[in-house]
Amino acid sequence: MKKLTQRIDKERLLLGVAAPLLAVVAAVVVTALVILATGKNPIDAFSEMGTYGIASDSQVYILNKATTYYLAGVAVAVGFRMNLFNIGVDGQYRLAAFIAAVLGGALTAPGWIAIPLILVCAMATGALWAAIAGVLKVTRGVSEVISTIMLNAIATSIIAYLLQPGQLGQLDPAGTLVSTKPLPQGSHLFNIDTGASGILDGFIFVAVVVGVAYWFTLGRTRFGFDLRTVGLSESAASASGVSVKKMVVTSMIISGGVAGLIGMPTLLNESYQYDNSFPVGIGFTGIAIALLGRNNPVGIALAALLWGFLERSTNHLEFQGYDKEILGVIQGVIVLCVVIAYEVVRRYGLKRQQQRVGAELAAQAAATTENQEVA
Amino acid sequence: MKILYGMQQPDEGTITVNGEQVTFSSPADAIARGIGMVHQHFMLADNLSVLENVVLGAEKLHGIGARARAKITEISDAYGLNVRPDVLVEQLGVADRQRVEILKVLYRGAKTLILDEPTAVLVPQEVEALFDNLRELKAEGLTVIFISHKLGEVLSVADEITVIRRGTTVGTADPRHTTTKQLAELMVGSELPTPETEESTVTDTPLLRVEGLHLSQTDLDGVERIILDRINFTIHKGEVLGIAGVEGNGQSELVEAIMGVRHPDAGVITLGDTDVSHLSTRRRREAGVGYIPEDRHRHGLLLEAPLWENRILGHVSERPNSRGPLLDIKGARADTERIVEAYDVRTPGIDVTAASLSGGNQQKLIVGREMSHEPQLLIAAHPTRGVDVGAQAAIWDHIREARRAGLAVLLISADLDELIGLSDTLRVMYRGRLVADADPATITPEELGSAMTGAAAGHLEGPEQTEDDAR
Repeated sequence: MKKLTQRIDKERLLLGVAAPLLAVVAAVVVTALVILATGKNPIDAFSEMGTYGIASDSQVYILNKATTYYLAGVAVAVGFRMNLFNIGVDGQYRLAAFIAAVLGGALTAPGWIAIPLILVCAMATGALWAAIAGVLKVTRGVSEVISTIMLNAIATSIIAYLLQPGQLGQLDPAGTLVSTKPLPQGSHLFNIDTGASGILDGFIFVAVVVGVAYWFTLGRTRFGFDLRTVGLSESAASASGVSVKKMVVTSMIISGGVAGLIGMPTLLNESYQYDNSFPVGIGFTGIAIALLGRNNPVGIALAALLWGFLERSTNHLEFQGYDKEILGVIQGVIVLCVVIAYEVVRRYGLKRQQQRVGAELAAQAAATTENQEVA
Repeated sequence: MKILYGMQQPDEGTITVNGEQVTFSSPADAIARGIGMVHQHFMLADNLSVLENVVLGAEKLHGIGARARAKITEISDAYGLNVRPDVLVEQLGVADRQRVEILKVLYRGAKTLILDEPTAVLVPQEVEALFDNLRELKAEGLTVIFISHKLGEVLSVADEITVIRRGTTVGTADPRHTTTKQLAELMVGSELPTPETEESTVTDTPLLRVEGLHLSQTDLDGVERIILDRINFTIHKGEVLGIAGVEGNGQSELVEAIMGVRHPDAGVITLGDTDVSHLSTRRRREAGVGYIPEDRHRHGLLLEAPLWENRILGHVSERPNSRGPLLDIKGARADTERIVEAYDVRTPGIDVTAASLSGGNQQKLIVGREMSHEPQLLIAAHPTRGVDVGAQAAIWDHIREARRAGLAVLLISADLDELIGLSDTLRVMYRGRLVADADPATITPEELGSAMTGAAAGHLEGPEQTEDDAR
């Protein structure tokens, strides 16, 4: 009996890996066809990508990118585990980064006070912004998909309004760039200088902590169990005593809180201010990464690294005379394939397990009757 | 019924239409043979007009324009259905929607109509109007198969009655020479369950008191429908209170109100000495309410989660599942092994998903889980539905055993044998009210059956009913 359980476990793991792997393979095939269609050799392109992508300076670049992407993936995954589609991660992190940058610029406290304050402020802003969608959903039945998209647009407008000279923004000496007041030197987060390879953001450690906290909360706490219950079956959850409405708002708040951290590696490790060049659209990247990583803390990390690798290596391809749109093609195909593959594999797995359990039980029953006959 | 409409394949047997033997592999085949079905739950698109709904999927018949409209008006006039083709379905009431469904079927050329519990959603006046429509159809030479639990309605509308119980035909009747009572006898079967030889364990200590429970709901048409009306009862320690009734008369809502999933408009629910009327579902569960839900897939299990996680479901805040805010996975797993052993859940292990178990084994797991937290009150809604005979007996034994230890049980079931065999007290629910009570030691299933259809009320006793003390 034990053996079957183990076998099922092994099989489940295999099936779990199968979907994203299938998607990546399909993406490689489609990309190869696209490169072929443009009249170039795909094998050369892939080998270029490989050698360039794993060079040591690329490694640091990818890790820095992946830090941001990982946080975005986790923020989206918190919602996904609840069957909530938080498209608003994008607006949440931008607004959070902006408010946090304003606060950071105004603070003169030493770094060990200022940095935690900035982080708390960012998380609170993201959480509040997301909570609006959560409250609207449980009180008025507004789909979180619609409300978060609208909140994204509103966030963009609020930032554009406030980020003006005379409001909360200031013009740089050259008169070309509007930004918030830069963070004082003391509020810069530590970096790891790896020499020639570049500078690794210290925030990567925070991302790891977030990942561990995500895993622990979902898998090991009562709260996490309630959250997963709602995601698996809303009706069973409410019959079992989980307040679904409360859970919707809470998970939106958590999702928004994590979203608030997305802009922090950029703010605390790289730009030290919020300006018009602050990265946008990472919330949407997060959706793709959460999908690819199957909402699993390790899976999301792998997906984030893959995303960073793809960006880095296709950037390089552009200089080798390939079309830069290759990146979009690869990413798009991966996401499309992963959604399909995930569902196919899930159904297959469920069915297969049912059959195996049935077969096992039948074998057991046959064995006992045989024994009885012998006796 | 599903077989007749081609939704399912029979293992054996034949269907003959107009003297010709046929097999249906899909509803389309059935429609082609002139068999149409009106489902209990309407299948209409709210945001389309009546015309669009009718032609949807049958565009080839008469197009989608003027020809289709003319045809609809023609059918509507011929059978007095009074359907306006250009109104949006969302603006229609329940009765009108039903007429649209009927028209949809006729439009596709059906000569035989199957109506599945058509009156379940209608108020009495609407039922009368529906019957007039059906008589019209009959007069035009169409055949109608009318499936219903409500005996009075069947008697008033049918020309011939066939009674089906547990999957086999148990008899046919002629409505002109049959009374509701005779029909009820046929329906529930006359054999009595094996009598309870056990002594009563009922004590004087009231455990659950429900007083003046009232619940109403306003439907889409703005008509207020009363779902629960002045419900009063008390269950003592060691007592099993059985509630009989045709499904859809408020039993599910009553259970949900006691569990705290649904909030009644008025009424007090007292568990032991505490008023639990305003407590959350989780608090009520922690206070000692065990719950075997009627739909285990929707309310009792996480189908895609492993068994040990299902063991935690509903009792996440209690030992051995958690310590403080943290889950105790080791404890939960060990206890799942124990339940699997003690309740004879047939499974190769506790890591398989709940979906891979058979219905009976899923139910045994649920019973085991609910019994493992020493409940004071067990709410068992159809505890043995869809469960094989062996598992059924085991579940009954578990309930009896716990009752001896002082457990109070609210039992809701459609299986009258189960109700009479397990209960200490019986109440009958009809249209949201507890209309009759009975002593399971003396009541017969026939009497219970007629009370369930609203034919009898008050205290049911012995073969001759005492109508005097009704209400």
